[in-house]
Amino acid sequence: MASFKPTKVQFLPKLGEKVTEDTLYWKNYKSPVQIKEFGAVTKIDFSPLAPHNYAVTASTRIHVYGLHSQEPIRSFTRFRDTAYGGSFRGDGKLLVAGSEEGLIRLFDICGRVALRQFTGHSKAVHVTSFLSDGFRVVSGSDDLTCRVWDVPSAVELSSITEHTDYIRALAPSKLNPDLFVTGSYDHTVKVFDMRSGSSVMTMQHGHPVECVLLYPSEALLVSTGGRYVKIWDLLKGGQELVSLKNHHKTVTCACLSSVGNKLLTGSLDRHVKVYNSSYKVVHNFDCDASILSMAVAPDDEVVAVGMTNGVLSVRHRKHKKDKETLTSRRRRGPSYRVFVKGKNFVPRQDDFLVSKPVKQYLRKYDKQLKSFEVSKALDTALQMWTRTSKPEVTVAVIIELNRRGTLKNALAGRNEESLTKILNFLLKHIFDPRFSRPLLTVGDIVLDLYRQVLHQSPVVERQLQRLMEVLGREAELQQELLQVLGILDTLFASLTPRKEVLWEEHCPMSLNNHCVSVSSVSADVCRI
Amino acid sequence: MVETSDIRVVRCGGSKVNLTPPIISSDSRFVLCTSGDLVKVYSTRTEEWLHSLQGHTNQVTGITLNPANHLQVYSCSVDGTVKLWDFIDGILIKTFVIGCPLFAIYVSEKHTGVLFLHVSMATDSKNECFQLVSVHLPKSAEQEVEAKEMSAVSSHISKNPSCTAFGRGGEYIAFARHLQLNVYFFRKQKTYSFSLKATDKKGAKNAFTCIACHPTDDCIATGHEDGKIRLWRNFIHKKEYTYSTQHWHHNAVNTLCFTPEGTHLLSGGIESVLVQWQYGADNRKEFLPRLGGSILHISASSDGQLFCTSHSDNKITVIESSFKVCGVIQGLVKGDAVLTDLMIDPRSKALVLNGKPGHLQFYSLLRDKHLYNLDIVQQEYIYEAGLDQFEVVKAAFDIKGSWLATVEERGKKSSDLEFFLKLWAFDERTQSFVLNTTITAAHTDRIISMCFSSSEETTMLVTAAEDSQFKAWCQGADADTQQDQNFWSCDFVGSYHKLNPTNCSFSADSSLLAVSFQEVITIWSPDTWEMLTTLCQPPGVIRDLCFGRLSCSKYLLGTTTKNLLCCWNLLTCELEWSTSVDVSKLQPDPFSENVAAFSYQSKHTDLFVFKPSEPRPLFTNKNVCSEKVHRAVFVPREEPLNSCDESTQWLNRSQLYFLTQNMDLLTFSTATEEDRMLSSSKQLVIDDSVAVTPFYLLLGKHRQQQQKLNTQSHPVSDKPQQTQGSVTIKELLHTPAHVLPAASVLCSMFVNSFLISNTGVQQDPLR
Repeated sequence: MASFKPTKVQFLPKLGEKVTEDTLYWKNYKSPVQIKEFGAVTKIDFSPLAPHNYAVTASTRIHVYGLHSQEPIRSFTRFRDTAYGGSFRGDGKLLVAGSEEGLIRLFDICGRVALRQFTGHSKAVHVTSFLSDGFRVVSGSDDLTCRVWDVPSAVELSSITEHTDYIRALAPSKLNPDLFVTGSYDHTVKVFDMRSGSSVMTMQHGHPVECVLLYPSEALLVSTGGRYVKIWDLLKGGQELVSLKNHHKTVTCACLSSVGNKLLTGSLDRHVKVYNSSYKVVHNFDCDASILSMAVAPDDEVVAVGMTNGVLSVRHRKHKKDKETLTSRRRRGPSYRVFVKGKNFVPRQDDFLVSKPVKQYLRKYDKQLKSFEVSKALDTALQMWTRTSKPEVTVAVIIELNRRGTLKNALAGRNEESLTKILNFLLKHIFDPRFSRPLLTVGDIVLDLYRQVLHQSPVVERQLQRLMEVLGREAELQQELLQVLGILDTLFASLTPRKEVLWEEHCPMSLNNHCVSVSSVSADVCRI
Repeated sequence: MVETSDIRVVRCGGSKVNLTPPIISSDSRFVLCTSGDLVKVYSTRTEEWLHSLQGHTNQVTGITLNPANHLQVYSCSVDGTVKLWDFIDGILIKTFVIGCPLFAIYVSEKHTGVLFLHVSMATDSKNECFQLVSVHLPKSAEQEVEAKEMSAVSSHISKNPSCTAFGRGGEYIAFARHLQLNVYFFRKQKTYSFSLKATDKKGAKNAFTCIACHPTDDCIATGHEDGKIRLWRNFIHKKEYTYSTQHWHHNAVNTLCFTPEGTHLLSGGIESVLVQWQYGADNRKEFLPRLGGSILHISASSDGQLFCTSHSDNKITVIESSFKVCGVIQGLVKGDAVLTDLMIDPRSKALVLNGKPGHLQFYSLLRDKHLYNLDIVQQEYIYEAGLDQFEVVKAAFDIKGSWLATVEERGKKSSDLEFFLKLWAFDERTQSFVLNTTITAAHTDRIISMCFSSSEETTMLVTAAEDSQFKAWCQGADADTQQDQNFWSCDFVGSYHKLNPTNCSFSADSSLLAVSFQEVITIWSPDTWEMLTTLCQPPGVIRDLCFGRLSCSKYLLGTTTKNLLCCWNLLTCELEWSTSVDVSKLQPDPFSENVAAFSYQSKHTDLFVFKPSEPRPLFTNKNVCSEKVHRAVFVPREEPLNSCDESTQWLNRSQLYFLTQNMDLLTFSTATEEDRMLSSSKQLVIDDSVAVTPFYLLLGKHRQQQQKLNTQSHPVSDKPQQTQGSVTIKELLHTPAHVLPAASVLCSMFVNSFLISNTGVQQDPLR
């Protein structure tokens, strides 16, 4: 005796989203830890040295956090006005920051008072950084100048005025201590060489540049500004490689992951997007507010995001160890011991085994189908749709009823309330091409069954009116699509026959069928 | 043309086991059922086929236990004989020649020496009128007896054998036809008849479908076409009969059976649910659902411990009295039609075709045994007449047997066709096929033809459908993720002037793909998907396509609907030769160049075997069978024959099986093959006698002593041997007959013991 075979629910793959190793890697983060700062977080920088503390610049303070601490380890508060662009030196011992009043301060990581102050800028300094030799500091300011300072003597080495608007982005080269890249609101990105004392390369970004970033090989340069992220090839003389437009508001920050150099960008539209090596978006982090700054810890242990509302959100990577400890703790529980009692008994050779029949668990609608209660099964399936919003289960039950030839029986003899449920389901899903075929049959049967009594209920009548509208719109849309296909056909007819074969896939025919069936039902509805 | 007599058509395994009710031996150890012109004996415990009773020359139509000796069984056949067998040893005891085709047999304890048989009335047309006759068996010691003493009990009875039953130890016999129930009382020599109205008020159909009589009570249970069961009582007085009605079955009741004690009534129908009604308390019933195909017959063992149901899917189920299935004997399932081609599973070398609804069956031809069913549709089967069910219509194996592609279809009658293309991967661990990919809308219309590429490295599937397209499907290689996926996706879509494709085929090295579009054959290169050339020989739509193999791989064969068999040379792209033959099936042999073509002309089928390189056939067999042949397959042999005869050479490496429209599975056998089989069976008999008989141990000891004596003292005279031999004879003759084994077993030994041994003389020249 074979057992009852349950209804097969068709698994429908979600379009567009594909599970790749990248998505799995980036999904593997814990839910974010929120830390409240005093103002908008404008800059986050990780220390390159081992504990990988990070400096967060917000309002008039710079806080240094440990990787897992939620309280600042150290804070620098000697700013009279808003501080900007706190960044570490290559050995993680010094920190430099600009400020609204134009002063640049240099701190020892262990001290509280500024070791040096560089004065010279007449307006706010938004970006500061050490050059890779560690003895010089470069800064970009709203007074349109870029200045290089000597750390030991605290004197200005040079000042370059080539930009025509505020300088808001800066990236020093790690390989050459004389090179740095700046981005400005005058829509340009410039590469400066300290040896010549002027820019050696200029690239037109086309929008005010918010952030520039160099790849570790320093052959590629990333600039963000407006809604665009652009990748430039420096070895080809600053040729534009890719232009990405995945955000719908200004992209404010970009950084690279240390594993595989994947690009991450954050934007005012509250999303962080992760790109793979062919610059397709593979993952997306959602945040509560517009993002101003972002940084990734070495080994991608932490993703820290700073927002306009002063919240710093820190995501930690999940580790396998955590999971194991969780499960092992669960295993120690007494309930499991009771549960497993006798299950791990190994029979001896001459033992006679009596196998216990495995009980088949059925879903509720399957149980009802097993006992041929078709109306109840349909009710259960509709209920499941409202509870779990899985229309494919309901459609699977409808298809099964149709296969058994009892769909009409299941739909017949319903009152106003249960009929509205069915009509609601139809309204929501009838134009979904994956479900339209069985649902159009349902629509046909409902109209056939209740043709006489429809006018008695205003609710049902209103729903039918809406159904007619929906179907009419759908038919119109299909017709338009067919017209487009016709246009395309004439275009492709002039091409080579090989191309024609490739393009003809099965969409035109299926669309055609779909359209015809949709219009037939809508005609039915119209008649009523 | 070569006409030979040493190749003949033989019917091979897979005949119906569900034609008649199976019977269970009184010790519940054996189940007997008819299967073609054999009676097969199965074990109830192990479901193994033990042996068969061979002797009838036509379809066996009925078997019944001999009421006088429960180790014997009567069988009747269309060849006009009734045979009495000892079914445990498989020995034919007696043959009664009746002389006219027999269709059913009934016996009763009360009527010893009398058989009741269904015979067709000779004067009328065959299927319409049947007669129930009683035959007195003459007492005679001869093997073959003519039994001519017939007397008619009733004429005009139903052709359905289950509409006749003996009641209450044989006091009366009840038989029904259409709307009339007749009861014949042997003592009164009178027939009472009771009739029902053609239709009730509710439009129910009242015709009788089956009858069962209570073993101890005066009660007749009848089944009806509308699913009702009526229990008739008090019919001894014609006027005052009563009946009560039970209704559970929603369709015709196929069979009824009382348990031997009469406590329960079993019924079955198309729903495939075995229903057990308690006799007396009619509302209490038990169910055993989902047994398989619709139930055709039910029988109970004499001790009431076991029930047997036979089903329409050629299956016998053994059920314990506690309503638990304890055994299934499955024959080759032959539905109304074989929709898939006959195929050979490259791994198990089993024959594969569609079996139960929604299943593919694997059948071992060598052992004549059903191996397993593969559930393709994976849906609950609803047993209801006239319901449009999913059927497996196409299936194909790749060359290594690691992939299986199937197409299931529903909606032949209605306009909206539903079909799925499924791909199954062979799982080494479970030794079975596992579903890999389901493609819901592979084409927009019905798939007509499907084939796998024949190369070992890359597997590719090509489907051709009525939407005037063919598609190539490949495993994995999706450009987006750059990972090796293990599911299948569409690789190429091709079409030719919006014509509907009719067939597709890969060449032996799968470097070419031929797709026929109506009258035109297009040749494609699967590597680049370039159309290389078109071949055309109007008029007539291309029906079959196949490439030549091995040395003939440059040829492409095609058959058209206008009775033309064409052979193209692919190097010159020209027609090499063509003949006018109406080919219904073209089947290439995968192991040689040979191609078999079945042609149907003037109501009989001819077979031609030829090589594509020459238009002269190697072998011709006229009048293979009288029906059209649409399915055929070459099955590789386990060990090749080495016949040198030109006409039988084509059967050396593989065997040709074919299926006629009557669903008979036939094959060709050669003289050498039969010789080999015969010799092996002889060997078996001798081995058997050594192993089985305890008596042999006794004799064998003497024999060994004899041989020892012989080797020790062969120059000595034969005297001591003679005394030894006489001891044996003495022993044999003085043992009581009831402890002796069958005479056939002892015979050779007995005769041997008379012979003067000459082993010593034989050994001398060898030395």
